[in-house]
Order: sequence, then C-alpha cells, then structure tokens
Amino acid sequence: MPSLGADMESGTLVEWLVQPGAQVNRGDLVAVVETQKGAIDVEIFESGTITEILVEEGEEVPVGTPLAIVNGAHTEVATPQVAAAEPAATPKAAPASSPHRRFGEQRLRISPAARRLALRENVNLRDIHGSGPDAAITLADVELAIKAIKAPVDQKRTDSSAAMSEAIAAAMARSKREIPHYYLGHEIDMNSVMTWLERENTSRSVADRLVYAALLLKAVALAVKQVPEMNGFWTGGNFQPSDNIHVGVAIALRGGGLVAPAIHDTDRSSVEGIMGSLRDLVGRARSGRLRSSEVSDATITVTNLGEQSIEQVFGVIYPPQVALVGFGALVDRPRVENGGIFVRPTVFASLSADHRASVGHRGAQFLAEIDRLLQEPEKL
Amino acid sequence: MTVSDTRSTSKTDRVELLRQMLRIRRFEEKCAELYSGSKIRGFLHLYIGEEAIAAGIMQHLSPVDAIVATYREHGHALARGIPMDRLMAEMYGKATGVSGGRGGSMHIFDADTNFYGGNAIVGGGLPLAVGIALADKLRGEPAVTACFFGEGAVAEGEFHESANLASLWKLPIVFFCENNLYAMGTALERSEAQTDLVTKARSYSIEAEAVDGMDVSAISGAAACAIEHARSGRGPYFLELQTYRFRAHSMYDPELYRDRREVEEWRSEHDPLDSLISTMRADDELSDDRLQQIEEQIAAEIDRAVQFAEESAWEPVETLERHVYAEGAAS
Amino acid sequence: MTATATRQLTYREAVREGIRDALQRDKRVFLMGEDVGRYGGCFAVSMGLLDEFGPERIRDTPLSESAFVGAGIGAAMRGMRPIVEIMTVNFSLLALDQIVNNAATILHMSGGQFNVPLVIRMSTGGGRQLAAQHSHSLEGWYGHIPGIKVVVPATFEDARGMLWTALEDPNPVLIFEPTVLYPVTGELDGNAGPVDIESARIRRSGADLSLITYGSSLAKTLEAADELADAGIDAEVIDLRSLRPLDDATVIESVARTHHAVIVDEGWRTGSISAEISARIMEQAFYELDAPVERVCSVEVPVPYPKHLEDAALPSVRKIVAASRKVLNVNG
Repeated sequence: MPSLGADMESGTLVEWLVQPGAQVNRGDLVAVVETQKGAIDVEIFESGTITEILVEEGEEVPVGTPLAIVNGAHTEVATPQVAAAEPAATPKAAPASSPHRRFGEQRLRISPAARRLALRENVNLRDIHGSGPDAAITLADVELAIKAIKAPVDQKRTDSSAAMSEAIAAAMARSKREIPHYYLGHEIDMNSVMTWLERENTSRSVADRLVYAALLLKAVALAVKQVPEMNGFWTGGNFQPSDNIHVGVAIALRGGGLVAPAIHDTDRSSVEGIMGSLRDLVGRARSGRLRSSEVSDATITVTNLGEQSIEQVFGVIYPPQVALVGFGALVDRPRVENGGIFVRPTVFASLSADHRASVGHRGAQFLAEIDRLLQEPEKL
Repeated sequence: MTVSDTRSTSKTDRVELLRQMLRIRRFEEKCAELYSGSKIRGFLHLYIGEEAIAAGIMQHLSPVDAIVATYREHGHALARGIPMDRLMAEMYGKATGVSGGRGGSMHIFDADTNFYGGNAIVGGGLPLAVGIALADKLRGEPAVTACFFGEGAVAEGEFHESANLASLWKLPIVFFCENNLYAMGTALERSEAQTDLVTKARSYSIEAEAVDGMDVSAISGAAACAIEHARSGRGPYFLELQTYRFRAHSMYDPELYRDRREVEEWRSEHDPLDSLISTMRADDELSDDRLQQIEEQIAAEIDRAVQFAEESAWEPVETLERHVYAEGAAS
Repeated sequence: MTATATRQLTYREAVREGIRDALQRDKRVFLMGEDVGRYGGCFAVSMGLLDEFGPERIRDTPLSESAFVGAGIGAAMRGMRPIVEIMTVNFSLLALDQIVNNAATILHMSGGQFNVPLVIRMSTGGGRQLAAQHSHSLEGWYGHIPGIKVVVPATFEDARGMLWTALEDPNPVLIFEPTVLYPVTGELDGNAGPVDIESARIRRSGADLSLITYGSSLAKTLEAADELADAGIDAEVIDLRSLRPLDDATVIESVARTHHAVIVDEGWRTGSISAEISARIMEQAFYELDAPVERVCSVEVPVPYPKHLEDAALPSVRKIVAASRKVLNVNG
C-alpha cells in the first residue's frame, strides 16, 4: 500500500486494474485505492509480470503492506518502508481531569518558599497558621514560628531577644492593625474555688498541690464549648472555628519576650493534668525547649497577670486567634449578697474578642459561662 | 494573446533545453516513487507537464539575477543550476540538502545561485520579490528578479499590492505567472471574475503578455523579451505561461475536480517534451541514439543523487534550535 | 557631542532622532511606510526627514501593508537595512503573513543561508480614545514567534537608542512604540546613543515585591510603586524592554529576592506575555514564591471609545496597587 500523504495511514484496495500474468511497465496504473480523501490511482515503479495478487479488492491494509508480487520476486507494488522516525506508540490518552485541581479536600495552603524554609528548619507546618492570601502560610509565618521556638535557647541572648521582640512586635502590630477588638470585663467571685481548693489541697503533698489558675484555664476551655465563636481562627476573610480546644497560656520569659504555648485539648484534661502541663510548659518555655506545635496550636489564649498584683488586664489578641481572656490578681473585695455585704476573694476576668468573629452579646455569655463554671469547681 | 516574437533557438540550445526538461521530468518521477516509498515526506508538488517554463526562462537569467519561486519549484531549482544531489538530499531532509534539510520539498533556498526560496504561502513570495528588486534598484545593481507564482496567487491581495508597488516604483522584476488552470482543485473560471490574467496585470500599467507554456521555444523568446524589458529600467513585466500540470496537485489528491479525459488530452496532445522531441526529430536535430544517451546520462545523475541523499547524514538533533536567529553579525 | 547635559524633548522626537542617526550612519538604511514622507508620519515621527534625506530613503508607500512589509524583507535579504513603519499594530495584521511566514522563517527554512536584517516599527496600545481598531496591544502575540525579536521602548533613552541596535542585529526586529507616549515630554542625556535590546532593566529597586512590566504600563507601575512606598511597601519595578528574547535572569533574580510578583501587561490576560512570564517564574522560581503571582492586564473587551470605559479597560495605578496589596495580603 503506497504512502500517498503524510497523513495517510491505511487504504482500501477497491479495484485491481491488472490481473496475475499481466505485463506491466513502470508508470502504469495498476490499482485504485480508496483513501480518506477519495480514490487514488496506484502507479507501479517496476516493469515485469504480475505473478501474484496479495491484497484482494475490498481489503483495507496499512501503508507499507505489499499489494502484489511482480516477476515472482517479492517486489511489491510501491514499496514503502514506514519511516523509522514516526513514533511507534501512540501517546496515552490524557487524564480526563487535571490532577492538580482537587476541590473539597483539606489541603494545607502554604507558599512554596515557606514550605522550603519549614522543611529546612524542621518546623511542623500543621502547627502554623497562615497570614497570607487565602490564609496560606507565608515565609513570614514560618520565620515567626522558628523565632518563637528557637529564641530562648539561642546562645546569643541579645540577638534572640531582639528576634523575639521583633516577632512579637510584628504579631501584635498586625493584630492591632487588622483585628477590630472589643473588650468586656466581669468580676468573678472565687469563694467556691478557693474553698474547694483549700479542702482539696489538704490531702495533697506540697508538690501536688493545685493552684486556682488551673481551674481558670479549665473553665475557659469548657466555656468555649458553649460559645464556639471564641475558639478558632480568622483566615482568608472568614472565621474558622476549631474542633479542638487548645488553650494557650501567655508566659513571660526571663530575658524579656513572651510565648503562649498551648495546653492541648484543655477541655478534656483534668485539673491535675492542666497543673502538670502548666508546670511543664513554664519550665520548658524558660529553658527554650518548647515544641513547635505547642507554640502555634493555641485556639484561644489566656493571660494571667495575677502574680503581679495587677487587677485588670485587657490583652491583644494573638492572630489569627479571635479571643483572649485576661485574669487579674486574686483580691478580696466587698460583695453584696442577699442584702448583706461580704468580703470575698475575686478575680477580674476580661475578654478581648474579634468583632468579625463574634458580637458583644456572645462575648458576655462567654464570660458569664466562665463565672458559672467557677461556681462549681468540683465539676471542673 | 501570445507573444509572436519567438526568437529562433539554435540546435545546441534546443538539445540543452530538451536535456533540462528531461532532467526535471525524470527527477520528478523519481520523487513520486520515493514519496510512495516514504523516503520523501510532507507535501510533494510535482512539476510534470510544466517543465518547458523553468527550462525556457532560466537560460536567460544571469548569475546576479534573483529567483523567487513557489512550493512547486524543483524544476526551477534544477534549471537554475542547483546541484541535483543537494536538491535530492533536501527532499530527504538530510543535512547535505541545499537548505540543510530544514526546508524540504517546498523550501529550496540557495544563496550561491540567488535562489530566494520556494515559498509555500500562495502569493507570499511576491512582496519579497518586490523588495529584492527594490534593493537592486536602490543599489544600482543591473539585476532582475524573476518571480514565479501560479494563477491561484492572482486572487490573493498580495498579488495586487505587489503588482501595484512594482509598477509604481518601476522595479526590475518579471512576474512569471504559471497558469495551470487549477489552484489546487479550483478552476480559474470558478475563482476569478476576470479570467484574462494579462488584463489584470495591465490594469496596474504593467507590460503583460501570455505565451503557450507548453512550447519551450515560445517561452524562451517571450522570457528573453520580458527579462530585457525589466533589465533596461522600463519597470516590471508580467508574463502568463499557459500550462497544465499532468499530475495531481500533490501526491495525496484523488483529482475529483477535473475530468480524466481532460488530463489525458493534455498529456497526449500537449506534452511539452513530446512536442519538442518530435519537432527536433522532424528538423533532424535528434537521433534515437542521442535521446537514449541523454536519458542514460540523466538516469545516472538521478542514481547518484539518490545515492548521495541515502548516504548523507541526518542533522544531529542537538542542532535543532540552530538557524532561528542568525549566528554572528549581519553582513 | 559635548557635555552630558540633558535635553527636553518628546518621545516622538526621541524616535525621530534615532531614525535620523541611522540614516546618517548607514546608506543602506531607508524608511518606508504609509505617509512617512510628505505627511510627516501618522504620529509625526518622521516629520522633516523627507526634506533631509529625499524620497528614495523616506519612501511613502500605498496602503499595502503586506506588500511593503514583504518588500522590506526582500530588500533586507538583498543587502539593504530597511526600517518599515506600520501605523499601528492593528494594521500589522494585514502583514502578518509576511512577518510570521517569511521574516521569521526564512533563516531557518534556508538552513541559515538567508537572514533578514529588517526593522519594523509600529505604534501600539490604548489610552488615546482611538477605539477598538487602533488601540490594541498585540506585541505579546508577536512575542510568541521564534525567529523575530520584539522590543518595546518605554523610556526616552530606549526610544532614541533601540533602533540602531535593532538595525545592526542580523535578525528581524519589531519595535513597538506606545501611542500614548508620543507627545510625552521628558529628558534625554546629551550623549544618548544606542542601547542593548535584549535585557530587562530594574527601574526602581525594592525588597517587598517585584512589579514586572513594559511599555506604556511602566509609568503607571512606577506611580503605583510610589503609592505603595507611602504605605510602607517597598516595590521593585522591572521594565522588560524586550518581549523576545525575554530576560528571565533579571526577573527570576528579582522574584528570588522579593518572593512576590505582580505582572502588569496591557495585553489581554488570556494567552498573554504576562501568562508566559508567570509560567517562567513558576518554572524557575517556584520555591521562591511566597504567594501566587498576580497579573494586571486589560479587561477582555475590545478597547472601547469613551474615556471612562477605556480607562476601566486598561491597567491602572489603582489596580496595580490593589494587586500588590493582594499578594502581600496587606489591606489598604
């Protein structure tokens, strides 16, 4: 079957113009071939006798198939060799859909540059919350996480302090620039807590004694369940509530600087467990051995300035979180109950919340819920 | 309308013209065979039936003259003196091809003979030819540009723009219009309201004539006049060569658009080679032995050309990106 | 030349100086195009040159874009150094066959035997209320074609200096002159002369993001960079100058420093040169990116006539600033 065009792959022999035994001369028309473009005469480039017909009329054969034998020699009518350069295999069909664009799948958004840095510095990306477009983790986010982890252990204390200050400054500046804060305050009667603690601690060794701060943390964690708008992240223009409750605890470092590592699953931890975590975290934070997941996992932060005898604190939300609860010092205050005046131990609780994620009414419910929970310390 | 001034061509001239026409025909026949055998690929357009035109015209061009041709340009290339072996190697796409294998059948270029290419865009070569002629005029060169194209190109805007520009600027160019009656499969009367091409050319104030494109003597005479006209500074010339292609437009063409009897009639009654041979025989200028000898010489030349092409190397793939931008500064 | 005192002149005068310089330097050079002679050029670029150099070298042509562009190609192949002027890029489509099928291919098809040392100049882009058949930015299209070079002078120095270098280049070079710039006045160094036509230039250094642009968008982009600076964002501005070849090295080096890229291109977004640059950044600097590449292109509509609609269709300072803020995720 002669090749009559670069785009011809096969042809149908529709008519033989010669029969076996016929004398043919170079240039004679010997057959008619039907192609995709129509019928084309086939000429012969040899002279001699047709001794055998190899392809019958009506047969479709690929280009290069011998059609007949001339002079007994196996000299076909038009002897094409399929060009070696033609690709042997047809390319596989392209996949129906692009593998790169899958929707509805929770895939971490992270910029390529941030991913490379995180890989190099061994930072767990799952622990970082993105500040980039579409809430992607950016280079700056990873750098911040690295600084937060490394700063305390850095041999060059001044450098690390500077780096940490810079990181805190950046986060706080961003918070104040982007987050529309609102603030609520509420005085909580701590009498039940302190009474319960006193009783509880009598049966404990000094080392195992509980402090009221642990109860405050637990109360916050449980209150979040009733007001989930406080727990999660503002990313990509939306509030994304967190399924987990990891309360971050602001810890001031000795050389200056601040970290707010998370107590994982605070709501499911016992008060003893929280106590243990608190001790552990403070110790490790001050010796610079925090895990990166602890540094960046917090879903809400608690700051407690009670040690400084400060009565009220209104904190700055740690982005991309949406709420921060502040507790002041435990102080005795006169409170009116049932028409009488009593001196009670109290703590002033404040809420700094992101108005994009919640409204003041819900914030009030949240503080009230913390109060309610602290009135039943045995249930915490 | 035919030119009556047919200068007498001498005996040696006629033998040489015969030899040239036979070279072209046998070369083209070999190309058809090699194409069927997949040695030559792409589009292949054969000049069989039109050989008298290239042979009759090229003899009147000087080495400095420029040629712009079409995709059916093997005949022009051979008649211009491009070596057959390098031409055949180009058909194969080999590195030794006249265009380095980059062009193939439709893009024969040769700087040595001022052959500015087979152009595969119908009408695309005409503006180029006008520019070459403009350069020659600006530089005061005595050269003429021979621009070949088919009658199909006359429907293109580029023909009209180029004819106007060449005439407006009185450029030394000859438009050789090879009218083989079919633009691929579209007959002239099916595509042109005015089928008299000479009239079209004259509308641009261009000297224009038509000549029997199957009569090499007539072509030779008309071409000599046309080229002399352009060389003498009298502006462009348009010469229509009325011819017929005996083969299909390209290899993959079942010729649905024309009657087989029409083709047969042209082949049997107007074959430019047959008529030249019978004239020469009648004038006792050509013996059977002489013809046989010429055929053998041509067959040997073709065998050598095929062998050269077969044995030539492919360009290494590493050089794929060569010749996209010029290497080194312009001259 | 005397000292390096700067001079005031218009963009069109800078182009004219380049043409005059070329005509004086090389007798093979001639200018050819519609109304370049007696009329003085559609945009008055060649005003006065006919008197100075005569009709053979300042050659008026009929309205036959294909023929005179093709004639330029033929003349270049035959030893001349033609400058062919096409009034606007839209009209160049009438000569597309000659540019794409001949100028760009002949060197290759001829196995390196024939080169085409031709320069084609044309105006491009919108901003003058010339509507949909005189305002498009198709230089990116031409950038698709191997075998030609595509340059866009956005500064007075380039308007003056790219032409001679293009004429000395052995390849066909297309120079796109933004229509909007012709009447603009600026300063040119007294010693201004030929400049290279292959490299990009950093027109403003910055650390926060790379603004990549060319042509008439350069001025808008520089203005946007000033505005961003006021907001504390330090933008780098790259003028591509050449769309083919593209100076990848300068672009990639910048993005590797800033990790953020915005491409400003007056062409339409789909299939544009901005798409090409974005792809190259992805190919060569993926791991340097800190945010997806942003593009500011023309709205996908034929450029409309009324000013407010034309302004809305083209890249603007406001859009460039917004895109920059978006890649940095900084609210304005």
